[in-house]
Amino acid sequence: MQRTTNVFISGVGGQGILLASEILSDVALAHGLDVKKSEVHGMAQRGGSVVSHVRFGEKVYSPVIAEREADLLVSFEKMEALRWIHYIAPEGTVVVNDQEIVPSGMERYPEDIDEGLSRRAPNAHIIDALALANEAGNARAVNTVMLGAFSNYLEFAEEDWKKAIEARVPPKTVEINLKAFALGREAGAR
Amino acid sequence: MRVLLSGNEAVARGCYEHGVKVATAYPGTPSTEILENIVRYKDDIYCQWSPNEKVAFEVAMGAAFGGVRTMVAMKHVGLNVAADPLMTSTSVGGDGGFVIVTGDDPGMHSSQNEQDNRYYAKFAKIPLVEPSDSQEVKDYVGAAFEISERFGTPVLFRLTTRLCHAKTPVELGERTEVERKEYEKDTTLRVVIPAHARRLHVKVEGRLKEIAKFAETSPLNRVEEGDPSVGVISSGIAYQYARDAFPDATFLKLGLSFPFPIELARKFCARFETVYIVEENEPFVEEQLRYAGITNVVGKEKVPLCGELNQSIVARSFGGGEEPDRAAVAPRPPVLCPGCPHRSTFFTLNRLGIGATSDIGCYTLGVMPPLNGIDTTICMGASIGNALGFEKAIGRDFAKKMVAVIGDSTFVHSGMTGLADAAYNKGATTVIILDNSITAMTGHQDHPGTGMTLMGEPTTKLDYIALAKSMGVKDARRVDAFDMEAVKVAIKDATDNPETSLLVMEGPCALMVRKTWTKAFVVDTEKCTACGMCLRLGCPAISRDEDGKAVIDPLFCVGEVCGMCAQVCPVECISAPAKA
Repeated sequence: MQRTTNVFISGVGGQGILLASEILSDVALAHGLDVKKSEVHGMAQRGGSVVSHVRFGEKVYSPVIAEREADLLVSFEKMEALRWIHYIAPEGTVVVNDQEIVPSGMERYPEDIDEGLSRRAPNAHIIDALALANEAGNARAVNTVMLGAFSNYLEFAEEDWKKAIEARVPPKTVEINLKAFALGREAGAR
Repeated sequence: MRVLLSGNEAVARGCYEHGVKVATAYPGTPSTEILENIVRYKDDIYCQWSPNEKVAFEVAMGAAFGGVRTMVAMKHVGLNVAADPLMTSTSVGGDGGFVIVTGDDPGMHSSQNEQDNRYYAKFAKIPLVEPSDSQEVKDYVGAAFEISERFGTPVLFRLTTRLCHAKTPVELGERTEVERKEYEKDTTLRVVIPAHARRLHVKVEGRLKEIAKFAETSPLNRVEEGDPSVGVISSGIAYQYARDAFPDATFLKLGLSFPFPIELARKFCARFETVYIVEENEPFVEEQLRYAGITNVVGKEKVPLCGELNQSIVARSFGGGEEPDRAAVAPRPPVLCPGCPHRSTFFTLNRLGIGATSDIGCYTLGVMPPLNGIDTTICMGASIGNALGFEKAIGRDFAKKMVAVIGDSTFVHSGMTGLADAAYNKGATTVIILDNSITAMTGHQDHPGTGMTLMGEPTTKLDYIALAKSMGVKDARRVDAFDMEAVKVAIKDATDNPETSLLVMEGPCALMVRKTWTKAFVVDTEKCTACGMCLRLGCPAISRDEDGKAVIDPLFCVGEVCGMCAQVCPVECISAPAKA
């Protein structure tokens, strides 16, 4: 039986994580796979730490990924990559947005995040998704930049991703989102 | 067609396909989206938000009396509010099918406790249905209505947060209409005077035995053959975790777990030396096995009772795998959003050294530093009674130091009686309604104070001031929540008033008025003295730069719709960007 692929996405409420995981799930479902996607609504949206679990394969049971079993750990924010780093599988891939968002209640960003990340995930692909989103035309397109970046590490064709993006994002923003996806895909391949 | 649906969407779809005609609820995480999705079928299903779960339950019960399939949804603690009608709803369902959906919250992602509502089925002596993914949710909604109508009973349909919010594939079907049954007056069934209630109790006990027989062979309870040496019993979402933790085991999967199919379980357990029971929170299944003398089981002595499970916790419980190695990272708790109207009240209370009994909603986040604005939060509506109680225990002057803070939706839910109590029992209490004119915490649902119904129709709008006056609260007034000086003056006046006062702090939820957001405020770093006053607002958009001076993140600040930071800055260094 084809094994289950686990994609763990983390970030900060408001960064558009749920849209990214929706698009990934759409792509997997369109391939006829069993898909489960899990996140928690409510408190998490208020600027807190947000995670989304996406699992797909021939038959998926639990809707959540177990620790040390994420094939791909994607984080929209650096601290949030380190917070969930124990989810990554030994041979897993880490893709991180090089963005720092100061947690509320703290006056400054903690200093030891880069060091912790380079120790726990020395081969992480780190991209500046905010800069690329701005280049695409909207700072809020960080999520599609990240989608492009991590799409390199999943076996779906570029066309399938683009179709899923077009179907999900508001019509007015399709162009910006496709550009953001392309920029992310290029940056994440490195 | 195969689509991805959350468990909540699947309940809505199940209600649609299985001929439901009336659906009611009060919003609450994790069950809110059930009614939000049912409204998509409003041509076929009448649906409404009720002011609280008790009323939602009673409206639904009335609809079932009226002969149509009816569903009522609530979060787990909502069923406490509706427990009074629940416990005496024994004969409902014999007319139109009646299904009660409870959204439990293991892990307390957005709740004040971790109660396991499966016990409510046992307590109220009604059947319990537990699906384990969205397809089962949709299918079991139909099964639950059939059980309800066949046995003339309400059915408790138990979901948990992961089921409610996880999206899994579902095959869609068509709607099958179920005709309304003609109402016939029968006081022996629906008027529970003691003479009737005594007979009804006997009837309910007999009915439970019948349903237990049914549960023994119901397809909702099934054995999944696997390794003949490993037996596992599980239900609900825990089944999925157990499936991953024991991929090859033989399973007894329970979908109708009360009344308990004890003979099925006894036969299953007899096949194994030891049977593993995997359930989240309480040992509901395990207790029933042990009560029946089945003792070759291992459950809560290994599986954690507190918190949410997952497959690795289940595996570790039985000796597989190690604790993960977590990195130490500062927490990132949820906080009041940038532009939140509630911030001014907590900031002001904090500056004036006044505490608050509080309530359930976004504003509970006022407890977080630096606002530190809350002394107590227990359950919906508790703030006002708590404040009055403090005053009666410590003395009238204490009301100057402790106010009650409650949201608009929560006030309508169960704060109105508290306010009547404060006025009636001559409290010096100050009650503050944080009125953002929506149920915000759960994602913006209407309520009797908003002037709109779930089905999108304009309707009457509750007037808090007129209501308070009619209760005898002479000092009741509205305040602009974005005017820091007005907020301060109002709180001082109200706490000085020796009688009950009501302040309605008005300001729309920032997330409701996105279209009015403007460019971010800016800090004049030349003028900023790094005093940190603006940081005391606890706004996620404000932090300090290397010199300790304020910086406003342009991605987070909502601009001129708020402006609280500019008002509190003592050197006036924060302002709206100059219009070019």
